Amino acid sequence: MYELIRGPLLWIGFIGFFGGLLYRFVTMARLAKRERVVLPTFSARFGLRSLAHWLVPFGGANMRRRPAYTLLSWAFHIGVLVTPLFVMGHAVLWQEAWGFRWWSLPAGLADAMSLVVVGVCLFFIVRRLIRPEVRNVSYPSDFVLALVVMAPFLTGFIAHRQWLPYEPMIIIHGLSGVLGLLVLPWTRLVHMMWFVFTRAFMGSEFGAVRHSRDW
Amino acid sequence: MVDCGSWDWTIGKRAISDLGRVHDEYDEVHEWAASPDGERVAAPVLAAPDTFAIVVNQERWDGEFEKAWHLAFTPDGRLTALVRIDDEWTLAVDGEPWDERWEFAWNPIFNRDGSVIALQIKDNMEYSVAVNGVPWQRRFHSSRGLAVSRDAGRVAAVVQVNPLAEADTVGFFEGTWSLAVDDVPWDATFINAYGPTVSDDGAAVAAEVRLGICEYTLAENAIPWEQRYGCVWEPSYRNGSGRLVAPVRIGGSWTLAENGVPIWGGRFMQLWNQRLSSDGRRIAAVAAAGFGRWTVVVDDRPWRTSFDDLVRPPVFSPDGARVAAGVRRGGRWSFAVDDRVWPETFDMVWDPVFSPGGGTVAAKIERDGKYAVAIDGRPWSPWYDQLWDPTYSPDGTRMLIRGVEGGRFVRHVVGVADRFQA
Amino acid sequence: MADLEDRQVVDPGIDESIAGLTPDRIERTINRVLTEETGARLQAYLQTCVHCGLCAEACQSYISRDKDPDYAPVAKVKDTLWEMVKRKGKVDGEFLHNAARIAYIDCGACRRCSMYCPFGIDISYMIMTVRRILNLLGVVPQYLQDTTNSHAATMNQMWVQQDDWIDTLMWQEEDARSELAGARIPLDREGAEIMYSVIGPEPKILAQLIANMAIIFKVAGADWTMPSTDGWDNSNMAMYSGDFETMGRVERLHWERASELRVKRVVMGECGHAYRGAVYDGPRWLGWTKPPIPMVHAVEYYYELISSGRIRIARKIEEPVTVQDPCNIVRGRGLHDKLRYVVNAICADFRDMDPRYEHNYCCQAGGGLINCGPPWKRSRMKSNRVKADQIRDTGAHTVITPCHNCHSGIEDIIGFYKLGCHVSFISELLVKTIEMPDA
Ligand code: SF4
Ligand code: SF4
Repeated sequence: MYELIRGPLLWIGFIGFFGGLLYRFVTMARLAKRERVVLPTFSARFGLRSLAHWLVPFGGANMRRRPAYTLLSWAFHIGVLVTPLFVMGHAVLWQEAWGFRWWSLPAGLADAMSLVVVGVCLFFIVRRLIRPEVRNVSYPSDFVLALVVMAPFLTGFIAHRQWLPYEPMIIIHGLSGVLGLLVLPWTRLVHMMWFVFTRAFMGSEFGAVRHSRDW
Repeated sequence: MVDCGSWDWTIGKRAISDLGRVHDEYDEVHEWAASPDGERVAAPVLAAPDTFAIVVNQERWDGEFEKAWHLAFTPDGRLTALVRIDDEWTLAVDGEPWDERWEFAWNPIFNRDGSVIALQIKDNMEYSVAVNGVPWQRRFHSSRGLAVSRDAGRVAAVVQVNPLAEADTVGFFEGTWSLAVDDVPWDATFINAYGPTVSDDGAAVAAEVRLGICEYTLAENAIPWEQRYGCVWEPSYRNGSGRLVAPVRIGGSWTLAENGVPIWGGRFMQLWNQRLSSDGRRIAAVAAAGFGRWTVVVDDRPWRTSFDDLVRPPVFSPDGARVAAGVRRGGRWSFAVDDRVWPETFDMVWDPVFSPGGGTVAAKIERDGKYAVAIDGRPWSPWYDQLWDPTYSPDGTRMLIRGVEGGRFVRHVVGVADRFQA
Repeated sequence: MADLEDRQVVDPGIDESIAGLTPDRIERTINRVLTEETGARLQAYLQTCVHCGLCAEACQSYISRDKDPDYAPVAKVKDTLWEMVKRKGKVDGEFLHNAARIAYIDCGACRRCSMYCPFGIDISYMIMTVRRILNLLGVVPQYLQDTTNSHAATMNQMWVQQDDWIDTLMWQEEDARSELAGARIPLDREGAEIMYSVIGPEPKILAQLIANMAIIFKVAGADWTMPSTDGWDNSNMAMYSGDFETMGRVERLHWERASELRVKRVVMGECGHAYRGAVYDGPRWLGWTKPPIPMVHAVEYYYELISSGRIRIARKIEEPVTVQDPCNIVRGRGLHDKLRYVVNAICADFRDMDPRYEHNYCCQAGGGLINCGPPWKRSRMKSNRVKADQIRDTGAHTVITPCHNCHSGIEDIIGFYKLGCHVSFISELLVKTIEMPDA
């Protein structure tokens, strides 16, 4: 079972992930041909300027208004992106699959980052429940997605600590990870890809066209 | 066409009027207008407080007016001005105001030989049209837009035939607008009507009409085309065949349709200002091939060059073989002729004029606040303080330049050679 | 919960039109706009929004209504476009009634929320898409539709007849001359450097503003003109009602007129949405990436005149003033610094609002809101309590509003919240403060 997951299933996960993103990208690009107005007004300089402001914590007014949220959300995204790539256990997988070693996170740090992801997911869920303006636009899928993102980090952490039997835990971990990879392109998690474009477009609109700032 | 054969085409320069003296004499001198033959130049002047007169060359018209503006020469060389007398408006032609006067009168237009002068009038809070001084019998709730056939002198106006109460949005969409042709309104109403056009012989009148919130078509002699479009622009008649062409928007892009059927395969992001060669066979129009890529399309073939800012309506050579247009690219004005852009740029350009044989193109240009005539894209004449469009002699060997230099309005006939010879 | 009073407003343009719709037409229209008139941009926005609600606090209506979640920008999209997409166009009359209120009354298309959404999602664009759908269904607040009809019939915003336009200019010219000898309003002066464009309300109800401008141009020695016929008005309520065909027609005529007059640039009077229509929405709909001929907003032009010394300020306004940053020329053009330069040049006691610049709150009159007319006025007022607080905090006696919508909107707010101050265009202060030649 474990072999199945770290073998074919993982491949399915990756292929599904990249394939899905590619499919989404291509269909969007095709749709974008009709968007005669968007591309010609795109400005790399102002697009990047806006992206920079929104990637750096406190680079935008709204981020300064809510420091706790900003820090949590920033740490969360770093955790989501960095941990799976550099956690020690995965490094072994990479090495087996492609035969090269790369840098990996100290175990303690990886654990901490996983915990941050899990914690912030819970925070997101609670926030969704108690803030009226968020609850009002929350659908069941929003909660499910938070859990989907949380699952691999939680199970990975538990497995590493061996608080529960390792073998079943690592299987659940693998499954949830693959699930996450597979659903990402088809859900709101795809903002991982689109946000670059939406932000850069707004940055171009404000900066290049309207001579103003959007942060 | 202006009959310029009878003009004085003797080579040489004649000072017609010392404008400086006029400016010295009066507190205010308004915009100057020059006659097509360059023999006269006129402007409204402030003769006394709140009293206007019209000075032609150095002479004043007999009458004085409470207001005088919009000086225009008819193609046959008569000077017209909109004037106010005793709080009423009329048109004065060569110093003679028409007998009839109205609450308001504006927008005089002329047919090709100037025998017909039509203008819009308001009388007792109602709107109508006057032709050669005689008002139509009928009155309308509003009128906007006037057209006259080039040869026959048939006059058409966009008129509001049904009343509309304030904020009556339902009544609006039932249709309150129509066209009136020589005093007779069409017996059809539309939500809106735009761009009236009369065929040269006066036999047919057409306009853009709106039939629904986002439903437009063309109507000819009160009958709409069967096809409906997302949008349309003003139509034109083709000489010879008498067919009506207009840009229409189908499924988000524009093409050219004739009597309801697309005749061009090309689809454009924008298409307007179609112009026809004098025999009506060839059609050139301004188009946006893509977002911010403006060009000229001639008989369905877009030019390869494009312009980011603006393309002025195209101009055909008299034989219809060549096409030229004023263009603006990167903030500078220039000309493009038959898909070739002339290298020199200017602060402003006026519409190009082809020589009778079509071999050369002349136009008024502006640079650093001075004006000159350019030929084939290069400044050719000296620079003037003010300038009107150049005119070629019928045989194409000479050119009439009307300009102001040293405070004097001059009429200059020069031979069209490689070099300007004074 | 959306305001009960607002939900009960009767507007024949909305209610009577809905009564005449068939489910089939609703469905077809929605799906046509969603498939034919929109594309990647809308899809990306729909897919990217993570329902985080971070945009909520950008919106003056949300803040002013005690953080009622229904007024958060994302909620306005959820209750309109998201549902239309989800139900594949199968929505009923009650839904449309609600959607019309949200799209036309609750959102001023001010784009403030795009600066608060981490992804820069353009809520205002989506609201405009809803308006486009509603317009095609004929569901538009009656007064706004009437203004759009005026644009369609007369090419101006206020049913101004052609003769009234010319007559008004002549009469304003006389007024200007009584203040300053030799002032003129030159009509159709081909080849002038500047074409000056104004919006329909000026000849109709605020004609004095045109005389003010004639004086300013005269003092500055400008070479300018105004067209005597249609194309003088580039204001555009059709842009806001969703009638983009009429919007494009108005803007085309405006640019064509400028091109025929061979002017080098167009100076636009103190109006924000007309600027937006002439510089962004109009050109884009027609195929231009930018206005075909440069356009300068009055604020920029005054800045140019004062900073270059072409006009001089002889005395300053002493009473405390503040300034409303109009969305369309600040967030929409970055003119906030020039605006402050001008205000500081003519006023001795300038007090800024907070927040300001791009982060200003919309006046809740722009975006077509004020043109939805009296039935909706109370709603507008309730949606902008925060603006009243902002103004009150400055202690200013005059709110300078270089935009017609801001001008009327802030005037309403001042009256409704009894702030006891008044509004003014810059030109009104300029003619009081500039140095007149031999005066
Ligand atoms: S009014 Fe402005 S801030 Fe509020 S939702 Fe509309 S665009 Fe966003
Ligand atoms: S629009 Fe942006 S800020 Fe608002 S809920 Fe969606 S993602 Fe969040």
